[in-house]
Amino acid sequence: MSVRHALLALLSEGPKYGLQLREEFEARTGEVWPLNVGQVYTTLQRLERDGLIDSDDTGEDGPQRGFRITTDGRRELDDWLRTPPDLTAPPRDELVIKVLVAVRLPGVDVHDVIQVHRRYLVELMQQWTHLKEDEAEFDMNLALVVDAELFRLDALVRWLDAAGGRLKRAAADPPATEPAPDAHPAPRLRRRMAVRR
Amino acid sequence: MSALELRGVSKSYGAGPTEVHALREVNLMVEPGTMVAVMGPSGSGKSTLLTIAGSLEDPTSGEVLIGGASLSGMSRNQRARLRRRGIGYLFQDYNLLAGLTAVENVTLPLELDGVPARRARVAGMAALNGLGLADRAAHFPDQLSGGERQRVALARAVVGERRLLLADEPSGALDSVNGEGVMRLIHAACKRGVAAVVVTHDAQLASWADRVVFLRDGRVVDQTAPATGPESLLVRGSGQ
Repeated sequence: MSVRHALLALLSEGPKYGLQLREEFEARTGEVWPLNVGQVYTTLQRLERDGLIDSDDTGEDGPQRGFRITTDGRRELDDWLRTPPDLTAPPRDELVIKVLVAVRLPGVDVHDVIQVHRRYLVELMQQWTHLKEDEAEFDMNLALVVDAELFRLDALVRWLDAAGGRLKRAAADPPATEPAPDAHPAPRLRRRMAVRR
Repeated sequence: MSALELRGVSKSYGAGPTEVHALREVNLMVEPGTMVAVMGPSGSGKSTLLTIAGSLEDPTSGEVLIGGASLSGMSRNQRARLRRRGIGYLFQDYNLLAGLTAVENVTLPLELDGVPARRARVAGMAALNGLGLADRAAHFPDQLSGGERQRVALARAVVGERRLLLADEPSGALDSVNGEGVMRLIHAACKRGVAAVVVTHDAQLASWADRVVFLRDGRVVDQTAPATGPESLLVRGSGQ
């Protein structure tokens, strides 16, 4: 989450004070991402140093100091909005690694391992969905944040379901000739994962 | 008293080497006012569980109790009456009758049960009204959107005194916004005291339930812990 760009976005609506920026940031992210005052002022100082915002020339920091966005700041904000985040390198997903390990480990039922993680994810999803229950009190920003979390967790459950199905089919219909242990593509997998960040 | 209880329910089809065990020793209790989701892959026995719970099919062994009454002790007529009066069914493909209007579809189970037409219509309109469909009452199914059709089907499932709602992939054919709308309405019905069992493979739908039960190869293999409030998510956030 870029606090820097979130503050620029708030200032693009008009001049604001530091404390006001913090409150509005938290409100707009559905209070899921709290921000401390120190973080706000440090970021504002850097934005000012970089010429992306101006401040009132009162000569002092504090709640009475107002900030406004500059033309360069607006350009920076627009560039940021339209630049897709870097999603090209898949993360080294701990869940995926646990299932990969469980598949190979003797004496471990991979389906039991999958189920432990599936239940945990669904329990987390129940908590997020609980936030949606009272539609009247459910503001749009919180709705968007909660949906994002639910879709992210849902994708993991779907992957677990797909993994379970794939493993079950493979067990029911094993390949005609079992490859020798040396022929297993683990080295290739390692090579691929090595380029991930 | 549980709205629905399954005691050691097993179901198998065929015999000998071709015998298929769809359900094995399933125990399940659903209290009034709660929603239980049943998750599992295709072939795990989800739909069989629902048809047995709804007395549409008999178990091979075990017992089903609805509102405390065992189905095995009932005559065919008693069961048919229970299905008409006590249980609402909701399917992925709505199962609305094309030649009837929305309100006629909703009132049909009441009228089949002998409720006078005028009283049935009042109850039907109330159910449609509760789901925001009063202005669609005179429309035929093909004049309604997918989301509206499923809401009509839901109105039919909860009309009258039905205390048990059985739903099989109730929003499978809908987009995520309409799917959430249907789950929100089922959730609201549960708040009014209806007990619901929702069978689905969709974790987002299942997450509306008070409890999620996981089926694998006909067995209940796991279930979620009693739901904790969302506060923990926000507390966790404040530490970051």
